Amino acid sequence: MIGIVSYGGYLPLNRINRDIIFKSMGWLHQATYMKGEKCVANFDEDSVTMAVASAMNCLEGYDRDSVGGLYFATTTSPFRERGCADIIGTALDLKSQIRTADFTNSTSAGTSALIAAIDCIGAGTANNLLLCASDVRVGKPGSSQEISFSDGAASLLLGNERVIASWEGSFSVSYDFPDHWRTENDRTDRAWEDRFGREEGYRKFIPEAISGLLAKYRLSPKHISKVAFPGIYPRDHIAIYKRLGFEPDQVQDHLMTVMGNIGTSYPLMILISALEDSSPGDKIIVAGFGNGSDALLFQVTEEIEKIKDQKRGVKGCLESKRDLNSYEKYLAFRNFISPEGGIRAEAIPYTALSLTWRDRREILGLCGTRCKKCGTPQYPAQKVCVNPDCGAIDEMEHYRFSDKKGTIFSFTGDLLTFTPNPPGIYAVIDFDGGGRFWFDVTDCDLESMEIGMPVEMSFRIRYVDERGGIVGYFWKAVPV
Amino acid sequence: MGEGIKDKVAIIGMGCTKFGEHWDKGSEDLIVEAFTEAIEDAGIEKKDIQAAWYGSCYEELNVGKSALPLSRTLKLPFIPVTRVENLCASGSEALRGAVYGVASGAYDIAMAMGAEKLKDTGYGGLSEISTILGTKNRVIFPAISAPGAFAMMANRYFSKYGMSTEEGKRSLAKISVNSHKNGSINPKAHLHRIITEEDVLNAPIIASPLGLLDCCGVSDGAAAAIVCRADMANDFIADPVFVKSLQIGISSGEELGYTQWDGTYVESTVRTAARAYKEAGIINPREEINMMEVHDCFSITELVTYEDLQISPRGKARNDIEDGFFTIEGKIPSQPDGGLKCFGHPIGASGLRMLYEMYKQLQGKAGERQIKDPKIGLTHNLGGFPQMNVISIVIVGL
Repeated sequence: MIGIVSYGGYLPLNRINRDIIFKSMGWLHQATYMKGEKCVANFDEDSVTMAVASAMNCLEGYDRDSVGGLYFATTTSPFRERGCADIIGTALDLKSQIRTADFTNSTSAGTSALIAAIDCIGAGTANNLLLCASDVRVGKPGSSQEISFSDGAASLLLGNERVIASWEGSFSVSYDFPDHWRTENDRTDRAWEDRFGREEGYRKFIPEAISGLLAKYRLSPKHISKVAFPGIYPRDHIAIYKRLGFEPDQVQDHLMTVMGNIGTSYPLMILISALEDSSPGDKIIVAGFGNGSDALLFQVTEEIEKIKDQKRGVKGCLESKRDLNSYEKYLAFRNFISPEGGIRAEAIPYTALSLTWRDRREILGLCGTRCKKCGTPQYPAQKVCVNPDCGAIDEMEHYRFSDKKGTIFSFTGDLLTFTPNPPGIYAVIDFDGGGRFWFDVTDCDLESMEIGMPVEMSFRIRYVDERGGIVGYFWKAVPV
Repeated sequence: MGEGIKDKVAIIGMGCTKFGEHWDKGSEDLIVEAFTEAIEDAGIEKKDIQAAWYGSCYEELNVGKSALPLSRTLKLPFIPVTRVENLCASGSEALRGAVYGVASGAYDIAMAMGAEKLKDTGYGGLSEISTILGTKNRVIFPAISAPGAFAMMANRYFSKYGMSTEEGKRSLAKISVNSHKNGSINPKAHLHRIITEEDVLNAPIIASPLGLLDCCGVSDGAAAAIVCRADMANDFIADPVFVKSLQIGISSGEELGYTQWDGTYVESTVRTAARAYKEAGIINPREEINMMEVHDCFSITELVTYEDLQISPRGKARNDIEDGFFTIEGKIPSQPDGGLKCFGHPIGASGLRMLYEMYKQLQGKAGERQIKDPKIGLTHNLGGFPQMNVISIVIVGL
């Protein structure tokens, strides 16, 4: 049996109420209004870091050395050329001897990568494969995309053991549909008239894919427990499932109001949402949208009960949030405005890439060492044991800190140092099980910080050096 | 430990510029000014100097690499000159080079010079420190600043001794008030304003809980010392000052890498002080030391240093501060010249600037700030962070 083994969702902590955006930019186009809120990646997040966050949750309880491949889907890769799946794999401390690929250029890349991963396992090339889909979607200020686009990530571990939802089949339709596009030089999407995308694309492709799937496997809507597809146009979402013959209680909430359109990860996120609510035996259809549509059929197994409440999933992501009350801050986080950072912000020493390469497991993977003589974990990796009563030389073994929790030993909120989002909060962290180092703390308010507070580690952008196009990824602490 | 250097070397001349924002002076100007005062004080000529050590930290900020900037500026006649850099202990390291050079018998007369041009960065605070351990820590360190690193010690200290942030800040405020009082009457200090506890408490936050007036200034300056064999000292001046001890101590890395250290003291200061007292033959520092210039980069640093130097018992420095123990009239006047707080901290010069004050006080030449009849003075530098650092301690006396 091939299928989904585990899942993990991730939505950035920040939410901006769409009214805030509309109040600032609604004067431009009244018609952009949409109610609810959308997720906003923090200043130190991008599609790669969010993919890692969802994957960390997904892989909890699974041996990372057994992961046989990693597919990454996004329409918002931070790089034109550099394998994001390879960054994510290193960050997750996966083996190097795995197959990786980036799927991109269409919001259907998430479902495409999922089908490709299933095929890969089906062909026997890998026993299991991690799929991460992630997007930080930006619309031009004042556009309807700005209101509806959102940021989020979803990961699925696919394999042939401990399957929680078995793969039953898929049906795809592909069209070179010009509802929106982005050229090499565009920061944001260009779009044809909204009505065109809605009437000619959204309302046609998803039904075509889903009815094609039902016909292919000789099923009718009554055989299906849940159908899940993006609610890019919420009113038309209802029209689609009605026309297909589904009852409202068979339809998974599209989360457009509370989450927004998170691109490649959108169908996967509502699939996870459906899995969270599912019972063994349930048949779930999930369909994506983007240059056509992929419709996928899964059947939930008994294994679902073992992980359902263990994963953050969608419910956990939706509960964990804080309001971003400033549209200007949103613009700054997404680089639509460049606030003054002072000369200190520009005093960046050059990054030696040969160094970041040789120390990639320490930097991207947050792996240090543990002394084989005295058992002391230590970060960064040491040659000579830091325990003053030990001091053993070259007796170290590999030790991963990224999945260890810790507590705040001490902290501060610094207004002198440069950070795009002052104050710069950082702390000395004592890891559970041993080891101490200092880290930036993110997704937190200084007022809530206290000594002894529990934290976990989160893969983030530590700095960006625009001179060399260098994104310095590293790990920060986040309150649990 | 060997037999040490106690009383083997004498300081016979010192010079120190006014510290401040010298927009119109380069390190060359400052070096010449400190040098001129020092050789005139010693009554020697340039040709009498047989070797020199040059302490500077931020070579990129117009103090230069190698010993060339010093030798070229003073046109030293092809003598051995060495540049030393050991963070905030750089000035004291220069002194160590000169003192050890003389104590070894290699030279009769040597010079230590420290200079720094911090105000050539274009922004407030200390220059970028993100490559302190090389470029890797640029990637793996948090966006740390000096005040932030010490602020973490303050939070830890307050927590350990059950002080609220308000109580803690009030104790720290008294430290800055004392330094400003002393600095206000020192013409060489950068800052001359007398401040109140309320001023300190109401100052804008730099790194919580530390506010602007918990932080030392940032300035340019230079200071120099001429040292010679102890037995020659009276040939030059009538009131030489003798080096009793000179110790350096560097973190092993365990504070930030192992989980033993509790974050409320500076391990290197504790260890270095023990060695320094042993070398100087000091048994009870609280009774035997008459005055100090400690590294008050931040108010919390000064507080913790009092305990690390075994002057105040652990957790009790605030009581001594409350009692006026460290004021000019107190038992052990500290920062009689105004400290880093009022001088600012041109890194390479600071250690020698502190020594300058001890030297003048011991000679009875400190003017309005004169402490009554001091016999033993101590200087202390702390470079880096509480979590990993470089310490120097110099004890001098009559």
